[in-house]
Amino acid sequence: MDYTKIGMNKKEYTEYVESKADKSSILKNCIIAFIIGGLICIVGQIITDIALNYGLDKKTAGTISSISLIFIGALLTALKLYQPLGKFAGAGSIVPITGFSNSIVSPAIEYKSEGLILGIGANMFKVAGPVLVYGIGSSVILGLIYYIFNIFM
Amino acid sequence: MKIGKHTIVFENTPVIISTGSAVGPKEKGGPLSKYFDTSVEDVYFGEKTFEKAESKFMAEAIDLAIKKAELDIHKIDYMFAGDLLNQCISSGYTARNLGISFFGLYGACSTFAEANILAASFVNAGYAYNSIASASSHFCASERQFRMPLEQGTQLTPTSQWTVTGSGATLIAKADENNKKIYPHISMATPGKVIDLGIKDIANMGAAMMPAAFDTIITHFEDTNRTPDYYDLIITGDLGILGSKLLKEQLKNYGYNIDNNHIDCGVKIFDTNAQDTAMGGSGCGCSASVFCGYIYPMLKEKKINRVLFIATGALMSPVSLGQGESIPGVAHAVVIEN
Repeated sequence: MDYTKIGMNKKEYTEYVESKADKSSILKNCIIAFIIGGLICIVGQIITDIALNYGLDKKTAGTISSISLIFIGALLTALKLYQPLGKFAGAGSIVPITGFSNSIVSPAIEYKSEGLILGIGANMFKVAGPVLVYGIGSSVILGLIYYIFNIFM
Repeated sequence: MKIGKHTIVFENTPVIISTGSAVGPKEKGGPLSKYFDTSVEDVYFGEKTFEKAESKFMAEAIDLAIKKAELDIHKIDYMFAGDLLNQCISSGYTARNLGISFFGLYGACSTFAEANILAASFVNAGYAYNSIASASSHFCASERQFRMPLEQGTQLTPTSQWTVTGSGATLIAKADENNKKIYPHISMATPGKVIDLGIKDIANMGAAMMPAAFDTIITHFEDTNRTPDYYDLIITGDLGILGSKLLKEQLKNYGYNIDNNHIDCGVKIFDTNAQDTAMGGSGCGCSASVFCGYIYPMLKEKKINRVLFIATGALMSPVSLGQGESIPGVAHAVVIEN
């Protein structure tokens, strides 16, 4: 592109911009993510322990914990509290299952204005969709490998 | 009349007889709060959706401009307007209720300058007596179109910018013996080329648009044989803190120092430390509302007399970014003088 007078090619310009731009603080973000992510997991553990205490088996207690966390994530999203939490905690609140819940509820709120079917229905999985497609897809492949492996072993 | 490579001189000096500005809550809480004609606490502006709200902001700005000029709406010949939403719905739906012949424009955040250049051209040529130029943007409506859902919990990238919720409108009229003395006029324009230096990060629009601003400013100075000190203010639209820094640095390397008289609408409209807006404001409504609310009154009161206004736009879409394209920028310059 020789018609601009800036005297830099694309590569030089990209490097120049990167040298001047503020970067996210990785260390700080990691520490905050560790603490908040850990706290969310502690909440999950508490729910599991309570369920175990009521005499449920380990698997059911784990399921109850997941469902409860998904509910809490959805509720906080609807109350507009998950966004500020996420802004502070970053990966700490995206990675746990509450983040998954947030990624489904937030587009649902957003697309309400386009109606129940083409709005909420069509867009609810806009953010979580890729996770579901590749999460479920890869577990199917792994399942097949496991199945075939078992036949021959 | 055309001079140099790309600069237009409006020899009939179309005058800006009034402006209107309307902004949302975040802008209301910002440092320029008191300058805007209308500022509201409600992001919906009493409407049901963000898109309808954006239209209402534009309608409000246009209505204010017409009312302030004490002009009958039937006297407005054309309206040049644009926004960021797909198919320019904010502008189209605003025009639906106005009954003014309508030109819908898309220049991303450069739209406001584009609209003023075209409106001034029509008036200068005698095709119109009065023309409206307007642009709008809405944070919530833009976020859902370009980025992630509002309630999704993600972090702000340090180089990102915050789309302004608001609109501005100018009313440009044919100059006559009387209004010439009172109102500032649009004397020149330098429409810009589309320039892309390979930035792909949607969270760094200032850097993506800077080369376009740089090119337009240099073209303007070379075409007019002017230097930066000719102007009381050199105003960029929404380069933000980083883009402005890069622009000043590169212009200095080229031999033009704009350190003393440069301001950026995106930097001015928010207090980034208190309002958490990273590099500052952006969006069509940013330069439109700041020009109409803050800059124009200073010109009219003759506190400043010569202004070079450069609105910058990033011409990408979520589709082009998804296909791995980089972000092209464009910048249009308008000279407003007393």
